[in-house]
Amino acid sequence: MEITRRGFLSMTGAIGSGIALSGLGINLSPVKAYADELSKMNRVKAAKQVTTVCCYCSVGCGLVCSVDKLTSKIFNIEGDADHPINEGSLCAKGAGFFDLTEANKHRLKKVLYRAPMSDKWEEKEWPWALERIARLVKDTREAGFVKTNAKGEVVNRCENIGHLGSSNVDNEECWLMSIKARALGMIYIDHQARV
Amino acid sequence: MTNHYIDLKNSDCILIMGSNAAEHHPIAFKWILRAKEKGAKIIHVDPRYTRTSARCDYHVPLRSGTDIAFLGGMINYIVNNDKWFKDYVLNYTNASFIVGPDFTFQDGLFSGYDAQKRKYNKDTWVLEKDSKGIPKRDMSLNDPRCVFQMMKTHYSRYTLDKVSSITGVSKENLLKVYEEYSATGVKDKAGTECYALGWTHHTTGSQIIRTMSMIQLLLGNMGICGGGVNALRGEPNVQGSTDHAILYNILPGYLKMPPASLDTLDKYLEKNTPVSKDPQSANYYQNYPKFFVSFLKSMFHDKATAENGFGYSWMPKLDDGVHYSLMHLFDKMYEGKIKGLFAVGTDPAVSSPNTNKVRKALEKLDWMVGENIFNNETYSFWKGPGVDPKQVKTEVFLLPASASMEKEGSQSNSGRWVQWKYKAAEAPGDGIPVGEITIKIMAAVRALYAKEGGVHPDPILNLKWDYTDIKGRYDALKVSKQINGYFLKDTVIEDKAAGTKTEFKKGQLVPTFGMLQVDGATASGNWVMAGSFTATGENRMAKRGKDDPTGLGLYPNWSYAWPVNRRIIYNRASCDIYGKPYNPKRKLLEWVGDKWVGDVPDGPWPPQADKEKGKYPFIMKADGLGALFGPGMVEGPFPEHYEPLEGPLAKNPLSGQLINPAIEIFKSDLDKVANADAKFPYVCTTYSCTEHWCSGALTRWQAWLLEMQPELYVEIGDLLARDLGIRNGAKVRVSSIRGAVECVAMVTKRFKPFQIEGKTVHQVGLPFNYGWLFPKDGSDSTNFLTPTVGDANTFCPEYKAFMVNVQKI
Amino acid sequence: MEKELIKLIDTTKCTACRGCQVACKQWNEMPGLKTKQWGSYQNPPDLQWNTWTLIRFQEYVSDKGAFKWLFRKDGCMHCTDAACVKVCPSGALHHTEFGTVGLNSSRCIGCKECVSACPFDIPRYNRETDKIYKCDLCYNRLRGDESPSCVKSCPTGALTIGRKDAMTKKAYARAKELGGDANVYGDKFVGGTHVLYVLDEKAKVYDNLPRDPSVPFSIIVWKDMLKPLALLAAGGVLAGSFLHYILHGPKLPDEPGPNEPGKEEKGGE
Repeated sequence: MEITRRGFLSMTGAIGSGIALSGLGINLSPVKAYADELSKMNRVKAAKQVTTVCCYCSVGCGLVCSVDKLTSKIFNIEGDADHPINEGSLCAKGAGFFDLTEANKHRLKKVLYRAPMSDKWEEKEWPWALERIARLVKDTREAGFVKTNAKGEVVNRCENIGHLGSSNVDNEECWLMSIKARALGMIYIDHQARV
Repeated sequence: MTNHYIDLKNSDCILIMGSNAAEHHPIAFKWILRAKEKGAKIIHVDPRYTRTSARCDYHVPLRSGTDIAFLGGMINYIVNNDKWFKDYVLNYTNASFIVGPDFTFQDGLFSGYDAQKRKYNKDTWVLEKDSKGIPKRDMSLNDPRCVFQMMKTHYSRYTLDKVSSITGVSKENLLKVYEEYSATGVKDKAGTECYALGWTHHTTGSQIIRTMSMIQLLLGNMGICGGGVNALRGEPNVQGSTDHAILYNILPGYLKMPPASLDTLDKYLEKNTPVSKDPQSANYYQNYPKFFVSFLKSMFHDKATAENGFGYSWMPKLDDGVHYSLMHLFDKMYEGKIKGLFAVGTDPAVSSPNTNKVRKALEKLDWMVGENIFNNETYSFWKGPGVDPKQVKTEVFLLPASASMEKEGSQSNSGRWVQWKYKAAEAPGDGIPVGEITIKIMAAVRALYAKEGGVHPDPILNLKWDYTDIKGRYDALKVSKQINGYFLKDTVIEDKAAGTKTEFKKGQLVPTFGMLQVDGATASGNWVMAGSFTATGENRMAKRGKDDPTGLGLYPNWSYAWPVNRRIIYNRASCDIYGKPYNPKRKLLEWVGDKWVGDVPDGPWPPQADKEKGKYPFIMKADGLGALFGPGMVEGPFPEHYEPLEGPLAKNPLSGQLINPAIEIFKSDLDKVANADAKFPYVCTTYSCTEHWCSGALTRWQAWLLEMQPELYVEIGDLLARDLGIRNGAKVRVSSIRGAVECVAMVTKRFKPFQIEGKTVHQVGLPFNYGWLFPKDGSDSTNFLTPTVGDANTFCPEYKAFMVNVQKI
Repeated sequence: MEKELIKLIDTTKCTACRGCQVACKQWNEMPGLKTKQWGSYQNPPDLQWNTWTLIRFQEYVSDKGAFKWLFRKDGCMHCTDAACVKVCPSGALHHTEFGTVGLNSSRCIGCKECVSACPFDIPRYNRETDKIYKCDLCYNRLRGDESPSCVKSCPTGALTIGRKDAMTKKAYARAKELGGDANVYGDKFVGGTHVLYVLDEKAKVYDNLPRDPSVPFSIIVWKDMLKPLALLAAGGVLAGSFLHYILHGPKLPDEPGPNEPGKEEKGGE
């Protein structure tokens, strides 16, 4: 959902009407020199505002991403003033949310592969990686599949592949991982809920 | 959380124990301070004085791992000083139930213990029933075998002297907290408790929480505004990932993983569907079969039929009594029995206990698939400190994922608010959402099975797996509708009470889990989420309504709270048995005429004074009442204090049982323990900080955050530092019997020594936010120090109490 | 001034979450720099060119033996009688319509006069850009009817902003409510600051907080006698540079101070 420009400006953090200077007839000479800096505020107001939820603790604070309509890039993120829990405020991690976007030079951008005994990563394409992973999953499952346990009870499970994570992805993704793991017969399934 | 974050403002007394809310949930703390501004007392009980303590009314230091002793003393105080809320305890708890004749407790052990197996046979942990199968009760609470009297006797051992000697809390401080908190045991006061990993990360974690739940029941603080037992959980969607069961022991919606002993669907359903003969117990879990069958239908769709047990035989089965948690996984991996690993958005090479063991275990893998937005120490283990890549056979894939704001989907906060978020931008480079990676990997595996066949292929090939849009991209909305559930055929739902019949068409979304069917007419991926959409397809998780009709901050039209948009669980207990609110000033719910008004009630039934139609408030319990006697726990129906696996004492001051008798002991050569050992004299605890998040795997890559907390440190009390000749800012080595880390000493007045059993015991603490990969000079994992041992019920690792030494370098 | 604003820092509500410290950098696009753990949560150890707002952490034991962990957000006080504005030869530092002290970077000539003049030790110099930096109370946001980044991010209400009269009243009411040694800091000197503190303890207790800040006499001479004449004569930046030259001689390369950045680790690039 895009919240309206008015929505963005109606933040509880705003300090009240009458501060905006347009038409107030005051001396604007220092203002011109601020053109560059002011442009950020103007860019925010002109941007597409997209709401999201913080990805750290479990309070669930709302954030607003300002997305440049020309470049489709996020250039500013701050608290969602309409959100009833955080009311626009954020802690240190939330306030730094912008540094999780592609602006962070450390973000992974390519599929990386490390071959056995190798000392380096290699960049790969998705189709190659998916095919190779599927092959390994199947071969491993086939080799280690357990049909009955020590008592002779039918268990039909894959004991030699583990699945860890994650509480840092969306519900829909969690659900998909959860049922994928069960369909493959995996039992060593765990994540941060326990850690 | 039984309640939700904003509700903290409604409390009269907030006990923060097992949590450092100001540092780890800063925005939650905003609501705590709102309560304080209105006059609430805020108490922080924690080994260390933190940013939370600085803003509380007072801070009470306690030795790590002794919370049950502290809280057991509070139960003793409440009972002896007549602070309990009688109307509530009599009507809404099992205080009046009669405990079976063979149940005993002696010298730290309950009846039925098998020392060999470190397990209890629970056959004697029962409550007596009458000839009709209804629990026997003594409403006078005088019967010496009634739960109340048994509980009273149990905690009579937790005297002020004893508790003070165990916890290191002065008697004066104990009394101060007990008095302040138990003052909420009246009908117009609310007390709440905020905990976090400071409670779960113990060998006795679940029982600590249970002790607090008992206190809340005794004081009538459950189900009310400003009350409850509130887990401030640590991760953005840990509520959702738990709900959706990325856990070995449950399936989505807290359905039980099938054990090997239950080989048919019928046996499984019979075992897991509780029965109550009491007509006043709603026993909501009697609907279990509907939830479970709808789940199987969601997985296997039309391949799941009544004839094939809805695909029950395709589900993997766990060995009875065997566990498969993270610690078990790494134990088996270290033995060389795990060949492949998916590690999604996680960094166990830093975050799991006993790092030496974990990192050695990883070297034994054939392959690993990592999915994340940054690299971390787990994915790069093959070039970690002391590892020769040429000796490591593991094939590693590191797949670039979308960050949170680069994908659409929902997240569930601790207050069970399921909030929808939108995609703001594309991920950089080749990054895609984890959901899409999951879909693509599974599709590739399915293709191989379709082409080549293989062992037990049915669950793989019969899995419904069509969650992409027309462009082949991950479609979060499609998945969330699958989770909500829908009708698989035209269905008429009859509401006998209301005298209505509603017709639903095939494909229509199920508007509430009450409509799920046992015959396969509905599919629902997770029954607790049924209702997150309306029948007409409105996404209730995306709602942004700001109306607050009760004025209590429930915001019923902001997002969707499971179950059925109920904001406070067990809310019928906020009213007396006639449905009148105990506290009219904070009216959460009220029975008006023939219906409940306020929050979404725990069921439509009249209050329990109506002997015919009325129901008890705790509808998810088979008996319908809050459990002061709780036989569900593995170490006993009444929580008991045991020392941590590794502590400063050779003997438990309360009994002959030193450690939790039901914990599992791991026995590899790297699982060493040094209890009451002079070589490791200091109690140690670990934690996070405001500026980093968990292992730091996301935050260490962010310069703004790293600038504030650049490097591992150990907080040491100034008295201990003086004794050891350590000055502030000096480099030191912290070691346990399992491993060591080097870090910077932060000498502080915020750690004070404890007087334990007549001896001075020092405690130190370290954050666990650092790893060798980045930054290069930030030191490494604090978990080199921690033991592989966990809570006996949940297997949450013990990160909060173990023994170390500290030396100058 | 009709639009005069005051930012109130209520230290008794601050949890030192440091949302403000990061929000400031995010909005103003300042990088995060390399630091070391030096035995404190406070990092960077002091204000520096990329850090215009800093939470100071201080362990304090009162005369009576009571322990407190004091948190104080440090940053520009936005003085009415602002020494930095007085000494700034180029007009880079100036008063805004809100009563705050703005900084027009394009005019800054890096003379560092303001650094030595400021009674609160606020402006910081960056050798690479040859400019000084400090908080401008998010002038651009104020003009856009938005609160400053630090205020917006603050969860607990420790930071608020509003009209001068209302905020002054609020500050005194809060100090009264707190009682004891609680006091209002800022309105009694340098013509009154546009940042007020409610302090839990007496001002002298806090590290790096001057008890009686004032504008040095030499600056008053400069401001009242020399600068107006010179500016009239030559005008603008050139005159400032010239005056700086005749008063102090040529600008010399700056010696690296304790807070100079090492390797830059940029955040939001």
